[in-house]
Amino acid sequence: MSKIIGAVVVDEARCKGCNLCVVACPTKTLALTIGEVNHKGYAFCRNVADKCIGCASCAIVCPDACITVYKKKVNE
Amino acid sequence: MTEQDKTAGVAAKQDIISAENLVYAKPALMNDTPMHYCPGCSHGVVHKLIAEVIEEMGMQERAIGISPVGCAVFAYRYIDIDWQEAAHGRAPALACAAKRLWPDRLVFTYQGDGDLACIGTAESIHALNRGDNITIIFVNNAIYGMTGGQMAPTTLMGMKTATCPYGRQADLHGYPIKITEIAASLEGTAYVTRQSVHSVPAIRKAKAAIRKAFECSMKGIGSSLVEIVGTCSSGWKMTPAKANEWMADKMFAFYPPGDLKDVTAQGGK
Repeated sequence: MSKIIGAVVVDEARCKGCNLCVVACPTKTLALTIGEVNHKGYAFCRNVADKCIGCASCAIVCPDACITVYKKKVNE
Repeated sequence: MTEQDKTAGVAAKQDIISAENLVYAKPALMNDTPMHYCPGCSHGVVHKLIAEVIEEMGMQERAIGISPVGCAVFAYRYIDIDWQEAAHGRAPALACAAKRLWPDRLVFTYQGDGDLACIGTAESIHALNRGDNITIIFVNNAIYGMTGGQMAPTTLMGMKTATCPYGRQADLHGYPIKITEIAASLEGTAYVTRQSVHSVPAIRKAKAAIRKAFECSMKGIGSSLVEIVGTCSSGWKMTPAKANEWMADKMFAFYPPGDLKDVTAQGGK
């Protein structure tokens, strides 16, 4: 059976930690950092789980265009 | 999950990250300048949509944006097309001039509610009424964001701002103005719509609306107004996610999304 796996790449320096991508993600792949900030002083979003389906919801809602999304069909 | 599985997972991820598997990236017309907007601001999403639409229409070399005074005053820093900065509220007047001089250009203004619905009401209404072939992108967040969250003409009844800390009251402050409804009643307009960017489906619809408005401008069938109901999480004093919920709950009751006028749907003009 084939399945779709996705990957997100976050521009951590550009992220302002608004959390909209975390709310938009249907698989809870993203989360804001706790106790770590970028050079602007914002907590930033990070890939925390291997569950990305490449739907790009996070990237579409991101106001600062920090997220790039990839997806691929793989055979299991 | 064992260490070995984890390493395999990382390797698989690295394998996916390549150009042929790309689903979504920052629009090519948007440059790397960090945007000055507050975290979660709707302006960023609208900027992305404009960049994507111009790119898809192949108008990169023939697009002229007119940036306003307000939070979006630096719009010209972020999208690599030609821009002209206008005096407060006067963006539509400048857009009409640019369009009349270069009829083959895509000319649009990008304005907030303080700029368009207050100081620029005359320019906006008359540009739309003349039917100049321009598009006005009107981002309405019901507050003056840049100056510190004061009451705007579009502030909802009862809504608290820096200058109406007990909420907007009709006897003292008057009523909020529905610019888009006024625009829809004018003869010169071709496409008038109200959209929002608070969710993925809404963003897709807003993008289609911006595309349609730009196409109406290029067909020369009249002026277009795309109102985007947006959030101002700093001015509203909410988290960005909460601001989106509040907007869907409160703003849509007074500013319902949808097309108000579309001459292309009525068999053309």
